[in-house]
Amino acid sequence: MSATPVKAKPSEGAAKQMTLLEALNQALHDAFADDPKVVTLGEDVADPEDGGVVGVTKGLSTKFGENRVRTTPIAEQAIIGAAIGVSLAGYKPVAEIMLMNFTTVAMDMIVNHAAKLRYMSGGQTSVPIVIRTMTGAGFSTGGQHSDYFEAWFAHTAGLKVVAPSTPADGYGLLRSAIDDPDPVLFIENMPTYWTPGEPPPKGHRVPIGKARVSSPGTDLTIVTYSGMANTSLAALKDIAAAGISAEVIDLRTVSPWDQETVIASVAKTGRCLVVHEAVVPFGVGAEIAAVVSERLYGKLKAPVVRVGAPFTPVPFSKPLETAFLVNAPRIAEAAIALVKGKH
Amino acid sequence: MLNNYQLDGPTQVEIFRRMALLKGNDERCRKMVTTGRLVMTYYSYRGQEVIPAAMSVNLTDQDYLCTIYRGIHDMLAKGLPLKDLWAEIAGRVDGTCKGKGGPMHLTYPKKGIMVTTGIVGATLPIANGLAWASQLSKDGRVALATFGDGASNIGAFHEALNLAAVWKLPVIFLCQNNQYGEHTAYAKSTSAKRIADRAIAYGIPGLHVNGNDPFEMYAAARQAVERARAGEGPTLIEAVTFRFHGHVFGDADKYMDKAQKAAAVAADPYPIYRTKLIATGVASEAELAKIEADVEAALDVAVEFALQAAYPGLEELTTDVYGVSA
Ligand SMILES: Cc1ncc(C[n+]2csc(CCOP(=O)(O)OP(=O)(O)O)c2C)c(N)n1
Ligand SMILES: [Mg+2]
Repeated sequence: MSATPVKAKPSEGAAKQMTLLEALNQALHDAFADDPKVVTLGEDVADPEDGGVVGVTKGLSTKFGENRVRTTPIAEQAIIGAAIGVSLAGYKPVAEIMLMNFTTVAMDMIVNHAAKLRYMSGGQTSVPIVIRTMTGAGFSTGGQHSDYFEAWFAHTAGLKVVAPSTPADGYGLLRSAIDDPDPVLFIENMPTYWTPGEPPPKGHRVPIGKARVSSPGTDLTIVTYSGMANTSLAALKDIAAAGISAEVIDLRTVSPWDQETVIASVAKTGRCLVVHEAVVPFGVGAEIAAVVSERLYGKLKAPVVRVGAPFTPVPFSKPLETAFLVNAPRIAEAAIALVKGKH
Repeated sequence: MLNNYQLDGPTQVEIFRRMALLKGNDERCRKMVTTGRLVMTYYSYRGQEVIPAAMSVNLTDQDYLCTIYRGIHDMLAKGLPLKDLWAEIAGRVDGTCKGKGGPMHLTYPKKGIMVTTGIVGATLPIANGLAWASQLSKDGRVALATFGDGASNIGAFHEALNLAAVWKLPVIFLCQNNQYGEHTAYAKSTSAKRIADRAIAYGIPGLHVNGNDPFEMYAAARQAVERARAGEGPTLIEAVTFRFHGHVFGDADKYMDKAQKAAAVAADPYPIYRTKLIATGVASEAELAKIEADVEAALDVAVEFALQAAYPGLEELTTDVYGVSA
């Protein structure tokens, strides 16, 4: 993973704009200060190793010590296993898996253990861990460094999956994920780390499972999350130019997703477009389309449409990677076709 | 224990030729990235050239290689043509993988280059399978898995060593210990004083060598290859070396010990070996200069070829996700 210079400096209650990277860093600093049971571990996360490949954990080890902030060997199974274990004994670990593709190495720990121990123990034990990971195509890193695998995790009972798109949501969701009694996979979209936004109020919480209407509209509902929530907003200009009013819902939490907010919106607009970066088949869009169709059968003005990546690995070559990645024009095109009946 | 092999003059020069090719290529890659003519995440192997150069002279084109993102040196030493390499890292359709793999995922089966992975630890289990294929077909091929020091801490390393030992596979596990895994120094992540010692736990030979010494490295490589070809099983080689340019080329390497790095760069194996070949009369200055000039000329051709080549057509996006059903 290429290390990009960071400007994350935890600053108390700054009112100026903040990046997602700074917001996440601030959330960790605040959580560490508020609760001595919060710990973190992952590759290169301590300050002698630069506080993480992009710097999300910067400053933590200097302030809270390398016992609570542990750089690990390259051993994802050992990282998640240790997080599970320390959480069983009452701590609140935030484990970092550098890139989402490397969660594959720890899949047994995540799926067979973290997700299931509460249930299999009849509620005697629980695994309140957060697994932070980042991903996102667009940097020419090829087939093993930029996949969106959220559907695998959302398909696992016992796990929660969150994917913020703004600095304030990043802060609020990370705080809520740390508070949460169950394992939460926390997905950070790499290309938006450095995009500035409104700063979060200190101690801000965004409830897990609550979506946000990021732009109101009347003709169709765009349901999206993570980096694509920003790309969808960028598509609004072209959609409006076609005389269409789109409502954008940023799910923020992929699982459990906010059905009520989505259903209320689609009941109003009669049309639903789901946008995610992941490949389309068997994706999160399929689940949303199914539920919307079940609950609004007969009230939809058009079938639910999904926009996502083609069913291929992420290609290296720039023109292919560009074609792979969903962009604002593609979202606008799909939205316009959906409303004008050309889907 | 290392066997004592006599290295003849032509082999010594051939090792130098491969080192010159690898070093020249790395310098050109960095230059192209620095000047913005190529956009890629580049993992420089500068400082580690001796290892594949001395390893590969013991291998044939039929022998298998599985290598990592920091593995272009392994592939060039194994015979990957420069033009195919450069077209690939430029994302062009004439590259080894039609531009779809890129610098972290080069593949070139014609020279036995079977897998390049971006996942730490993944080379070893796959090399076992290739070695098993040699065992099944009795074709005498050897499989080589290369990886870093950091990779020796992941489960796959341990599973693979055990399996290879139990099955007596003709496989060589070549650890290029450059003393860092990303930003983490060796001692902070690795319990063993020597990675080679981990072989003891699996009942196989573990050779700890100076990976910057072509003679020592050659001896370890040859010993492991001979053992594999004789059907005696796997060998773990730990070749100690140093990474001159940080994890990803362009990182500030603040996390590195300055004195350690300065000492390693001052002990650059390339000029040392070059001087030695001349001093011992194995090669003349003119001969070595000619080798270096040839490398530069070949690079000029390869880079030009790559930059002129076309990008893959958009139909390539969905091609080769699956094969054609019989
Ligand atoms: C399973 C996995 N975890 C993490 C990473 C991120 N990563 C890429 S290279 C690297 C360091 C590997 O160090 P080492 O094995 O010593 O090889 P080197 O890069 O030094 O050649 C890490 C942690 C990865 N690619 N795969
Ligand atoms: Mg290393």
